[in-house]
Amino acid sequence: MDELLKLLRQNAMETPENLARLLNLTPDQVRAKIRDYEQRGVIRGYHAIVNEENLDLDVVHAVIEVKITPERDGGFDRLATRIGRFTEVDSVYLMSGGYDLLVFISGRTLKEVAAFVAAKLSTLEGVVSTATHFMLKTYKEHGIMMEEKDSHERLKVSP
Amino acid sequence: MSGSKFPRNPVADYLRDVPRSGIRDFFDLVSSRKDVISLGIGEPDFVTPWRIREASQYALDRGATSYTSNRGLLKLRQAISGYVARAFGVTYDADTEILVTVGVSEALDLAVRALCNPGDEILYHEPCYVSYPAVVTFAHGVPVPIPTRRENDFQLTRAMIEPYLTPKSRALMLNFPNNPTGAVMNRRDLEGIAALAVERDLIILADEIYSELTYDGERLSIAALAGMKERTVFLHGFSKGWAMTGFRLGYACAPAELSEAMMKIHQYTMLCAPILSQEAALEALKSDAETESMRDTYEKRRNFIHTALNEIGLPCHRPCGAFYAFPYVGDYGLSSKEFALRLLDEENVACVPGSAFGASGEGFLRCAYATSLDDIKEALVRMGRFVGRLKARA
Repeated sequence: MDELLKLLRQNAMETPENLARLLNLTPDQVRAKIRDYEQRGVIRGYHAIVNEENLDLDVVHAVIEVKITPERDGGFDRLATRIGRFTEVDSVYLMSGGYDLLVFISGRTLKEVAAFVAAKLSTLEGVVSTATHFMLKTYKEHGIMMEEKDSHERLKVSP
Repeated sequence: MSGSKFPRNPVADYLRDVPRSGIRDFFDLVSSRKDVISLGIGEPDFVTPWRIREASQYALDRGATSYTSNRGLLKLRQAISGYVARAFGVTYDADTEILVTVGVSEALDLAVRALCNPGDEILYHEPCYVSYPAVVTFAHGVPVPIPTRRENDFQLTRAMIEPYLTPKSRALMLNFPNNPTGAVMNRRDLEGIAALAVERDLIILADEIYSELTYDGERLSIAALAGMKERTVFLHGFSKGWAMTGFRLGYACAPAELSEAMMKIHQYTMLCAPILSQEAALEALKSDAETESMRDTYEKRRNFIHTALNEIGLPCHRPCGAFYAFPYVGDYGLSSKEFALRLLDEENVACVPGSAFGASGEGFLRCAYATSLDDIKEALVRMGRFVGRLKARA
């Protein structure tokens, strides 16, 4: 992967000036590359990784294993795309193994999520079965540990 | 008879003249302050990769709490042999040519003690790691520093060594990538030094501790050059490339006769390196993934600090390895120590004065970038402000 993309994935807020210093480029070159990635759809957006434990949010996350019947043309794609269009759905993946789609969804309450599964997801034609798991606590997300860092301190000056 | 209860001269004469490390003085000063951003730390800011820590824990669970063979666990020596062959192209025999030590520091001390007769001259390039002259003195040898220069990117050439050679010259210590300058050698100059070593029958002590952190140029040890394995002590360890400083684990690869002599000292003084560290090191050698990822991170920080130092008006050569930038700070009428002290005092940024690494380090400042990018950015803002004020006064 391009080094610029790696850096942006670590910190999308980094200034073009600093990115330029890190990569031995000029700030204008960095801006042009980012614009190009955005236009080509390589970069599809930016978001903050938020530790929701620290916020008094009314939000529940669930992971749903979905078994579906593949279609003659298009396999799993049509139904997966259809599921992905619901705003409640955060991510959809096609999986190998005991089920077909892994669907991450979020809602305000357990009830709301359950209602979505019962009313919207299970009733779709082609959906054979669902198994819903509610998430209880996030320990690590996108490579970032949510708890405090290792507390050990190094010597302030060493040879 | 004075009747004093203390012995008159408790410390040996040869030790009295060895100065305290300049780094220790600076450490005491920095430690007494709050909210300092330190670019003075000569060790990785990464915690040891989890799989390595976990392997050490697992070994402890299994009850691995005993001594090991003096030379170190055979399976570790075999893994080291494989790694050195793969990474450097030199093959060492795990039974007779590899010795596992307590850090490279012990390995270096053993090597010098094993080959140095009293009065032998041991050459090394300067600025250099703070231990080199002391270790030679402890072995009753004579330390002979060879200054390296900014104009030459702090590299060493055959021609720079020749004026310092005498009939008492015994060995030459090489440390590239270099602490504190970040210098890396090119093949041509290294071949020149190798030829000189053969002609003048010098033994080479190659401190390769920063080898994994080479960003530009070829990763090359002098031990790999034709005819050099026989006269080189290859010193390496896990502190830098695998972020394992606290494990204190290094090793020496040397011709069997010299290795056996080093082993003799090691077995009587140290017995063996700690077994949990050896188990951790064995796990460390199973993958390069974290080392490469850390190397990439250091490289980007190197780019950043090199550019930023030059931008704020502290001219800096491009450090090609290790994790130190070594800018020139001699334009403001301050010694490197005065510069470092005032920078600490006025902006709360700690860097180590170049003079701590030998006389030829005067005029320079060691800025370690083994610290978070956020701290490096903030430190450079503060240093820019400081240099701005010095310029305004000049």
